[in-house]
Amino acid sequence: MAGRPLPRFPEPDTQAFWDATKEHKLTYQVCAKGHIVFFARAHCPTCGSREMTVKESKGEGTVYSYSVVRLNRHPAFAALGPYAVAYVDLDEGFRVLTNLAGLADPVNEAKIGARVKVRWEDQEGGLSLPMFAPA
Amino acid sequence: MVSQKRDAAIVGIYEYPKRKAPGVTALQIKAECAARALEDAGLSWGDVDGLYDAQDGAGSAGLGLAEYFGFKPNVIDTTQVGGSSYEFHAAHARRDIAAGKCKVALLTYGSTAHSDARRIGTGGGGGGGYSPGSSSPLSNMTDPWGMTLISNYGMVASRHMYQYGTTSEQLAHISVATRAHAMRNPEAVQAMKDLEFVGINEITVQDVLSSRMVADPLHLLECCMVSDGGGAVVIASPEVARNCKKKPVWIIGSGEATRYSENGSDITISAAAQSGPPAFGEAGITPAEIDIAMIYDSFTITVLVMLEDLGFCKKGEGGAFVGGERLHYKSPLKPVLNTDGGGLSSNHPGMRGIFLLLEAARQLRGESTSQVEGAKLAVAHGNGGMLATSHTGGTIILARD
Ligand SMILES: [Zn+2]
Repeated sequence: MAGRPLPRFPEPDTQAFWDATKEHKLTYQVCAKGHIVFFARAHCPTCGSREMTVKESKGEGTVYSYSVVRLNRHPAFAALGPYAVAYVDLDEGFRVLTNLAGLADPVNEAKIGARVKVRWEDQEGGLSLPMFAPA
Repeated sequence: MVSQKRDAAIVGIYEYPKRKAPGVTALQIKAECAARALEDAGLSWGDVDGLYDAQDGAGSAGLGLAEYFGFKPNVIDTTQVGGSSYEFHAAHARRDIAAGKCKVALLTYGSTAHSDARRIGTGGGGGGGYSPGSSSPLSNMTDPWGMTLISNYGMVASRHMYQYGTTSEQLAHISVATRAHAMRNPEAVQAMKDLEFVGINEITVQDVLSSRMVADPLHLLECCMVSDGGGAVVIASPEVARNCKKKPVWIIGSGEATRYSENGSDITISAAAQSGPPAFGEAGITPAEIDIAMIYDSFTITVLVMLEDLGFCKKGEGGAFVGGERLHYKSPLKPVLNTDGGGLSSNHPGMRGIFLLLEAARQLRGESTSQVEGAKLAVAHGNGGMLATSHTGGTIILARD
């Protein structure tokens, strides 16, 4: 899947999240008061705390919404055929933007409310993208 | 009970007539529209003392724009919140005029999005698919997923359908109504010719459903055009407004908000749910009194969600609300929608917010090509950014005397 636009660094807020993907670890943060934080930041957007702990997710969740892209002129996506962009709500309480994987026909098989599990797609350069396939 | 506050009024308007304008620049469009809007008001170039800009002219925001125009404004406001920028500007201009900081505020917009062949909706760029320039936490979390602008809105539509049983048939009525209005607007008809629309005619629900799926569940005829274009709005103090050529269109309420997807949030609710209530409250009116709803129609779902959030119907009941011919300018029920033809069928160069103010003002002056008899109250609600991820909402309530 070479050619997807990938995160660019230096970018201190999300660097650790992406580094962890190299080991297929899906991480999120919890602040000192227990607020769940995603995407990664040096502060908690709920209370302003700067005491952040990184945790690893089990990678299981539910499709919150999706849309199947039929047309994207970017070469990396044009080659895919129809693909589903989705929000997945992880069981730990955070929401990720992602793609649905493992669907032969995303137009008919993608479903809101479906249970999904992370599936890693390794990229050139070592990063891996957390996608979600039927659990 | 309409608020009696009369702090500032729209006194001059102009919409650049072309939607395909090769060989001109955004700055040239802005300057021409400025001159013609001032002419419409009966004011002079030298009268402008407040400049409001969404940084849309190349290299010329707060630092360069006054020089290019040749103004020496006392107020410079370069708020850039995408398509809602002009509703924010109108709110700020009214506030600044009421505070005595300026008397004649100018808002301008110019874009050559069509001629630049900017792939606003379906390319990798601009739509949350890939962010050129420097990286940010948001771009790093968004870029890899190929989320086009249309699929971003598609996710809101999917969720609305799941949560409330809304259908594509219901959404299609929004396209049908705006196209009917566009066919009555010669500039919109010319726009569709210049942009090589396949069928330049009124459309049916079935036409919308038969058009190609671009990003589920949004069909081609549920998506706005990509045009060139621009416009200008002149907002003046009551003293200035009394001596202008045209009748004043008063700004009687405003609200501003932002909203973004976060853990556990409901993406079917837009920033309008926060910006609408203070605007109506300040105006002292209810949504039921509004004659004209100028709602940012980037896509059908945008309108549906915002009609609900502004309080025209209950949350989740937008699908039933927009059915039949309710939104058509001849409808006996208020409000009617986007009587200029909207972004779907008249004008969308990227940031449509200014056209919402322009058509609302036309209606309250009695100058629309789909004029609603006796229209007294209008709402213009602009949306900036992307509905499923992060966006802004600006609500302006307008009244004639
Ligand atoms: Zn916290």
